[in-house]
Amino acid sequence: MASPSPKSPEQNEKTKQYDRQLRLWGDHGQAALENGHICLINATALGTEVIKSIVLPGVGSVTIVDDNTVSDEDIGSNFFLECSSKGLNRGSEALRFLIELNPAVQGHAVQEPPDQILQENPDFFKSFTVVIATALSEKTIQDLAQHLWDINVPFILCRSVGFLGSFRIQIKEHAVIETHPDNEQVDLRLDVPFQSLADYLNALDIEAVDLKDHGHIPWIVILYKAVQKWQVSNANSWPMSRKEKNEIKDLIQGFIRKDENGIPINEENFEEALRAVNTALVPTFLPVRIQELLYSSSATNLNKESSPFWIMCSALRGFVEAEGKGKLPVRGVLPDMTASTEHFIQLQNIYRSQAAMDAEIVYRKVQQIVAQLHCDSISEADVKLFCRHAHDLYLIKGSNIATEYQLGGSVASYIARYLEEPDVMMVHYILLRAAEMFRSEHCRAPGDWEPEGDISNLKTCVSKLLSDISCSPFPKDDHIHEMCRYGGAEIHSVSAFLGGCVAHEAIKIITKQYKPVNNMFIYDGSSTNTATFTF
Amino acid sequence: MASGETQSAEYQQRRWQHIRKLLERSGPFCHPDFEPSAEILDFIMNSCKVLVVGAGGLGCELLKDLALMGFKKIHIIDMDTIELSNLNRQFLFRKNDIGLSKAKCAVEFVNKRIPGCEAVAHHCAIQDLDEGFYRQFHIVVCGLDSIVARRWLNGMLMSLLQYNDDRSLDQSSVIPLVDGGTEGFKGNARVILPGMSACIECTLDLYPPQKTFPLCTIANTPRLPEHCVEYVKVIQWAKENPWGATTPLDGDDPQHVGWVLEKAQERAIKHGITNVTYRLTQGVLKNIIPAVASTNAAIAAACATEVFKLATSCCTNMNNYMVLNMADGVYTYTFNAERRPDCVACSNTTRVLEIESDATLQTIYDKLCEDQAYLMKSPGITTVINGRNKTLYMSSIKSIEERTRDNLKKKIADLGLFNGADILVADVTTPNTITIKLKFSDNIDVDMSR
Ligand SMILES: [Zn+2]
Repeated sequence: MASPSPKSPEQNEKTKQYDRQLRLWGDHGQAALENGHICLINATALGTEVIKSIVLPGVGSVTIVDDNTVSDEDIGSNFFLECSSKGLNRGSEALRFLIELNPAVQGHAVQEPPDQILQENPDFFKSFTVVIATALSEKTIQDLAQHLWDINVPFILCRSVGFLGSFRIQIKEHAVIETHPDNEQVDLRLDVPFQSLADYLNALDIEAVDLKDHGHIPWIVILYKAVQKWQVSNANSWPMSRKEKNEIKDLIQGFIRKDENGIPINEENFEEALRAVNTALVPTFLPVRIQELLYSSSATNLNKESSPFWIMCSALRGFVEAEGKGKLPVRGVLPDMTASTEHFIQLQNIYRSQAAMDAEIVYRKVQQIVAQLHCDSISEADVKLFCRHAHDLYLIKGSNIATEYQLGGSVASYIARYLEEPDVMMVHYILLRAAEMFRSEHCRAPGDWEPEGDISNLKTCVSKLLSDISCSPFPKDDHIHEMCRYGGAEIHSVSAFLGGCVAHEAIKIITKQYKPVNNMFIYDGSSTNTATFTF
Repeated sequence: MASGETQSAEYQQRRWQHIRKLLERSGPFCHPDFEPSAEILDFIMNSCKVLVVGAGGLGCELLKDLALMGFKKIHIIDMDTIELSNLNRQFLFRKNDIGLSKAKCAVEFVNKRIPGCEAVAHHCAIQDLDEGFYRQFHIVVCGLDSIVARRWLNGMLMSLLQYNDDRSLDQSSVIPLVDGGTEGFKGNARVILPGMSACIECTLDLYPPQKTFPLCTIANTPRLPEHCVEYVKVIQWAKENPWGATTPLDGDDPQHVGWVLEKAQERAIKHGITNVTYRLTQGVLKNIIPAVASTNAAIAAACATEVFKLATSCCTNMNNYMVLNMADGVYTYTFNAERRPDCVACSNTTRVLEIESDATLQTIYDKLCEDQAYLMKSPGITTVINGRNKTLYMSSIKSIEERTRDNLKKKIADLGLFNGADILVADVTTPNTITIKLKFSDNIDVDMSR
């Protein structure tokens, strides 16, 4: 039989391979990932687990910095080493097995200690999108964090000891346009309908249509009509209180048609309208978070170095103050609802065209700014995307890891507050720090040889940290004892959990989509607990 | 002792140094039964048999994680073969492996990378293996994407439970089940102690119902691009049979997807609908769930940690259900999912179905499909009348379906069912036939003892 041969716009091999993730971050997210260059310092089990989940989705390139040689213990916990790797450079060996996961990824290994690179060739780190480090000493952490802060390269510091783990994201400023919220607030403007919407809503008469059409009127129209009717006897105000909303519901009930016996006919669109009363009558307003963003100094004092995000924020502010009359551009998204195709598509087009017109105005303002500043142009598509997500823009202003080590006033009081609660996850943070301090004083992990003997020395480290933040000592030694039991062991499944999380956060940073952890994450595999702190 | 052996023993000591610290030392947060010793490592290496169900995104990770936690006797089941779209996360497979068995490829890779690992592959469906097979394992860990298969496996482990004469649970018959699942940036991991803690059937309400589009919307009032694709899939394909009446629509055949795309686009243009793309079309046809390496890595690792705790008692287990959301920061929440006292799978009690005495068999059928306690897919219903089996309705075999279809309309009394009668129900969601006692809700004097 002759088989039909449609014009098959078949996908290429790459889109097929990445199909399942392209549905999460889109082709533009993938393009950003493929331009990303990750640096890993120390190819521990945790380090290679991170890199694995960044190489698989297709990051551009990976550089591993590691001057260690492979030991038997490394092989025992790290999947990206082989028995034959023993005695060889750990970074080069791990790189070989990691790159093999995805031939599209470029790989480099640097067999130098990070301290040496920091001293001799600090510019080395400038080319990376994100630097990720594991198993660093206190001293190196501070030097590296300070340097990466100065050169504005995002940094993720990771730890894995026994059942405990943590990662800390250091990033000066991170703006997210596409946050992909689970529940996106609808933007319907029923309280302030723009002209084309008002024309459409006013032209419809829901009393006049026949029963079939009556069941196909979008709930937006029903709600609008109910409010209009309500406003006649309420001085044109807007229903806000529960009582007022119930009055709207009663009005909607009154719209429902009855059968010959006077029993209301079940109409899905009216049911939807009743359900929407509580959520869709929220008045249109400029969210405080967005207002703060638009009036922050980065958006009001632009210069040649200003990022596209701040230029677009500035243009957006111009729109809000002028054409927008205090409101953001129309989002242009209509949620699905029971309606005839004709009604739905017409209404959808009304919202979409208004959104396009609003975005066009913002784009013109962007072009003006770009011309004034003589900086790189910003595409219309980028401005459209920005306007589409203007209600959900998100900005992280990060802090320097080095301040965490100096335990200055605000960090100290922040930690102390959690310790007093007491929050066991903050106790874990202190123990991870204390173990690091122990390591720099004794050149080995607490409990490395045997647990009992190190308890008192680790306790000294804990006390030192606690006194630095003016906290009383822990009432019990159990967490100190447990840390000594771990003896610096790296448990593969704990590292694998953190590895997945850190890779995930790195991808968020590279693609500038979804909200990353802000900024300290603690994991306790023994109690299956996690916590996020903001230092 | 030969020096080679000593050397290798020493080497083993060094190689497993990390987990030995956890197993050979006691700590303040250990499980009360935990006694540190070198024998625990020996147990997980040489005695403990773990079954990994699924060799996909979670299965690949689990196999690696368990092998690096010291487990050697690992079996893995998967009936699927490797596809290109698996490679963004199923890290044990390469382009050269496309078309080969997932289970076999995964096992070959891990056994080669980790010397001493003795993983065994089963390239078949979980339903192809019997009680005797499942009974041999100490722990089962499951990384499936199908809820039906997960429920079947759960039912299998529950059916292995033995009860003592005093109706108490025989602890030695309990095979713990660790279950993981992911969807995009979200996932969950849980520990099930059959007969002791909530099982899959106890918590069916935790699975969101699959999103479906009403037929009248698809046919009469399409609004979304999905509606257009669904129309071509459900109505237009059967009408036009582009590759002949015997060729069903295959979401993996690019020619088929291309045809659906073209027709869906035609329908979309007719109705003013935009954005019907190849990716969307294939997503609707195959009901594709987004998946990424990182979420799978985290969930599988959480499961592996729990398997390690179960096998070694070095730490108390998660109690008992963790949800993970990595879309907004990284957020987890662990809670105690509660048992259903009347659970179809894990309670050792008689199941009772309340029904009106003048109901039809259809009512029973619908209850079995819609009631939160059952949520069956296509239950086959039989009963025993005068010592003889009588099939009341069964849809899985066409000839029987045709013969029994009329029974659905009949009143249950006309089919010989009475208050207190037992019906036997079989379904794809369970390996065993379930006995359910009918209770007439309008019958005041109920004698449930017969
Ligand atoms: Zn149950």
